[in-house]
Amino acid sequence: MTQDTELAVECCLLAGRLMMESGAETYRAEDTMDRMAISQQLTQSQSFVTPTGIIFAGSNSLPTRLVRISNRSTNLERIALINSVSRKLVNKDITLPEAYSELVNIEKEHKTLPLWIQIVAASVASASFLLLYGGTFKDVPTALIAGGVGFSISTLLEMKTRVKFFAEFLAALFICLIAIFSVAWGLGNEVDRIIIGSVMPLVPGLLITNAVRDLMAGHFVSGVSKGAEAFLTAFAIGAGVALGLSF
Amino acid sequence: MSYFLQGILSFAAAAGFGIIFNAPKKSLFYCGIVGMTGWLVYAYVDDLSQDPAKSSFAGAFTVAFVAHLMAKKFKMPMIIFSVAGIIPLVPGGSAYNAMRNVIEKDYSVAVEYGSVALIISGSIAMGLVFAEIITQLSVKVIGRLKVKP
Repeated sequence: MTQDTELAVECCLLAGRLMMESGAETYRAEDTMDRMAISQQLTQSQSFVTPTGIIFAGSNSLPTRLVRISNRSTNLERIALINSVSRKLVNKDITLPEAYSELVNIEKEHKTLPLWIQIVAASVASASFLLLYGGTFKDVPTALIAGGVGFSISTLLEMKTRVKFFAEFLAALFICLIAIFSVAWGLGNEVDRIIIGSVMPLVPGLLITNAVRDLMAGHFVSGVSKGAEAFLTAFAIGAGVALGLSF
Repeated sequence: MSYFLQGILSFAAAAGFGIIFNAPKKSLFYCGIVGMTGWLVYAYVDDLSQDPAKSSFAGAFTVAFVAHLMAKKFKMPMIIFSVAGIIPLVPGGSAYNAMRNVIEKDYSVAVEYGSVALIISGSIAMGLVFAEIITQLSVKVIGRLKVKP
């Protein structure tokens, strides 16, 4: 019995941590943990989730556990997989040990699409944004290159250095330089629109929206900290662009 | 620009963001559909009212509502469909202009752009919240109707 409750607490914590590492909303992580706990007869469970750590108590008599969340990225497929595991566990389609091993597998595999597909997607999205925001067709090749280069610089540097703001700063700087040189050599028309379109894959749109949404749901700690992360990212991009423009 | 071209472009942008965010492969097409409907509503309301706050509200409401329908249909979290659709509405342009003007020491212009960006993100959030409440209420009402007879 005690073994079971221990495994249940461990399972809830793993699910919550993986969800927060994949960029889920705070309330979704809390909701998933609570549902899983209730399905394992831990009806008095309490969870407190922030973007940097999770505090979870299985019941009044069990020790309270704390888990640190050190790296955060966006991986929607993982959220969907964890969600389906918790759904199956709550519906009693799988047992607790099966659910735990599935979660461990999800963490180990860390499936992502190949990097080059993501880079191509980023450059296509940049070109689409350029046109949607009123750019001309002449600027499309520049936006394709600038968007792809910017996204790959930010992703690779973030993998290597683990400092997100520096990576975004350098990516914005390179995007800005590509835009300026292409206009100077007559390959593009408007520096501003090229930069805005190509910077879109870096702009923390998910963070801004999640921050406001968390604030509205009453999760003030995570709302404010996500807002601060979004602001710092936006500041890094702005600084990179400004440095590029000042040459 | 014609609405047809805008639809294709916003579909490509939203599906591209789906790939960047690692959305499940079978949901990519529907991410694009959500982004396309949201952007078309946004562009139409923007043409009518010329007010970015109103059009962002309408666009975000549509995105969240369609994303909820998709989430119900495919039994996946709603965030998978809404994130890629919300991105085209996010005020990246005005946020960029605000930061650039801060660094160029043109503070009054920066505050102007910054407040526009703030209002737009506020109305996006309001659109998301409204759609969520309406879908929750409708689920409850439909559930009650089904239970009664």
